[in-house]
Amino acid sequence: MSTIIHPDHAAMTGAGEVALSQPMKHVRGLSDRTIAWLFVAPTIALLLAINIFPLVWMIRLSFTNLNLSMSYLPLRFIGLDNFTDILGDEDVWFRLQTTARFVLWSVALEMVIGFGLALLIKRQFRGHSFWTTIILLPMMLSPAVVGNFWTLLLQPQIGPFNHFISLLTGVPASSFSMTGEVVLAPWTIVLVDTWMWTPYVMLICLAGLRSIPDYIYEAAEVDRASAWRQFWSITLPMTVPFLMLAVLFRAIENFKMFDMVNLLTSGGPGSTTELVSITLKRAAFEKWRTGYSSALAIILFVTVFGAANIYVKALNKVKQR
Amino acid sequence: MSDVSIPKGGLSRWFRRSRWETAAMTLIGGGIVMLVQPWSIDLYGYSFVTILTGTLGFTIVSHFPE
Repeated sequence: MSTIIHPDHAAMTGAGEVALSQPMKHVRGLSDRTIAWLFVAPTIALLLAINIFPLVWMIRLSFTNLNLSMSYLPLRFIGLDNFTDILGDEDVWFRLQTTARFVLWSVALEMVIGFGLALLIKRQFRGHSFWTTIILLPMMLSPAVVGNFWTLLLQPQIGPFNHFISLLTGVPASSFSMTGEVVLAPWTIVLVDTWMWTPYVMLICLAGLRSIPDYIYEAAEVDRASAWRQFWSITLPMTVPFLMLAVLFRAIENFKMFDMVNLLTSGGPGSTTELVSITLKRAAFEKWRTGYSSALAIILFVTVFGAANIYVKALNKVKQR
Repeated sequence: MSDVSIPKGGLSRWFRRSRWETAAMTLIGGGIVMLVQPWSIDLYGYSFVTILTGTLGFTIVSHFPE
C-alpha cells in the first residue's frame, strides 16, 4: 500500500523529505545550503567590511600612539597607555558628567511629558488623530534639520523664542542668548532634545497603556476605586516595563548624542555643553590624536554595549508579558 | 539560548542564568554610575574595567541554562 504525500504538507512536516529532497536539493547543481549561503554572503561581507573591520582596526589603533597630524612618525605600540590617560583625565571625566546631566534631565522630562501626552491621547477625543500627527512631527525630522531650525528660533535678535520669553517675562529679547550663556546653554540642549524625542516616548507609553485590558478597569470601577487609585494600582504598574524600555532606549541614544548638540552649540560656550561624543570628535579630527580617540571610542562603545545588554533583557521581559 | 546542558544537582544550582545575569547587569550599571559620578576620580578610573567585566560576564552567563 502506497501513501500519497502532498508536497506542501511534506514541506511542513518533513515527512516527504526523502521523496522530495533529490529534485529540490540540486537546482543547477547547487545544494539548498549553498544557495542559502550565496544569498547571505553579500550581507555578511558588507557587515564585515563596514562594521567588524573598522571595529577591529580601531581596537588595534587604540593600543598605538598614532597621531594623524604627525603621521610621518613610526607607529608605536604603547599598550594600555591611551586607556590609562583617558581614565585619569579630568577633562574627559567632566565631559562624561556633562553627558550624564544631559541624559538625566532630558530623559526625565521626556518620560514625564511623554507619559502625560500618552494618557491624553489614549482618550478618544475630537480631532484625536490630527493632534497625534502634530505631536509626532518633531520625531520625524532629521537631527540636522532640528539643530539648524532651533538655531534660528533661538537667535537673540530675530528668533521668535526670545521674543516669546520677552512677552511672558518682560526681559528684553536681545538681552540673553539661549545658546551663548553658560547657565542657559545646557538647558537649551535639554529643551531641544525633549522637544524632538518626547513623541517617541509617548508612542512607547501609548503601546503600554493600550496593552492593559479594559476588564481590569471595569473590575476596579465595580470596586469603586477612584481614578487616582486606578492610576497608581493599575495603569502605572502595568506600564512600568514599557517605561523602563523607553528610559533605556532614550538614555542610550542620548549618551551617544552628537549631531543635534554639535549643530546647536558645538559644545560651547566654553565647554559647558561639550558632550563626550563632541570630545571624541575633537580628539580625532581637531587634535588628530587617533590612538587616544580610538581608546575613548572603545570605552564609549563598551559602555553603550553593556547598557544595550540590559536594554535587550528589558525588551525580552516586555515581550513575555 | 539554554544550549548548555548541566547535570541536575548542586552544580546546576550555581549555573542558573537569572542570578548571574542579574549580577552582570548590576556590574554594568555600577560601572556606568562610576563612569559619570562627580565625586571620585579613582572610581572613574576603575569604571571601564567594571563595565567590561560586566559586559563580558553577561555575554558568558547568557549561555547558561534557565
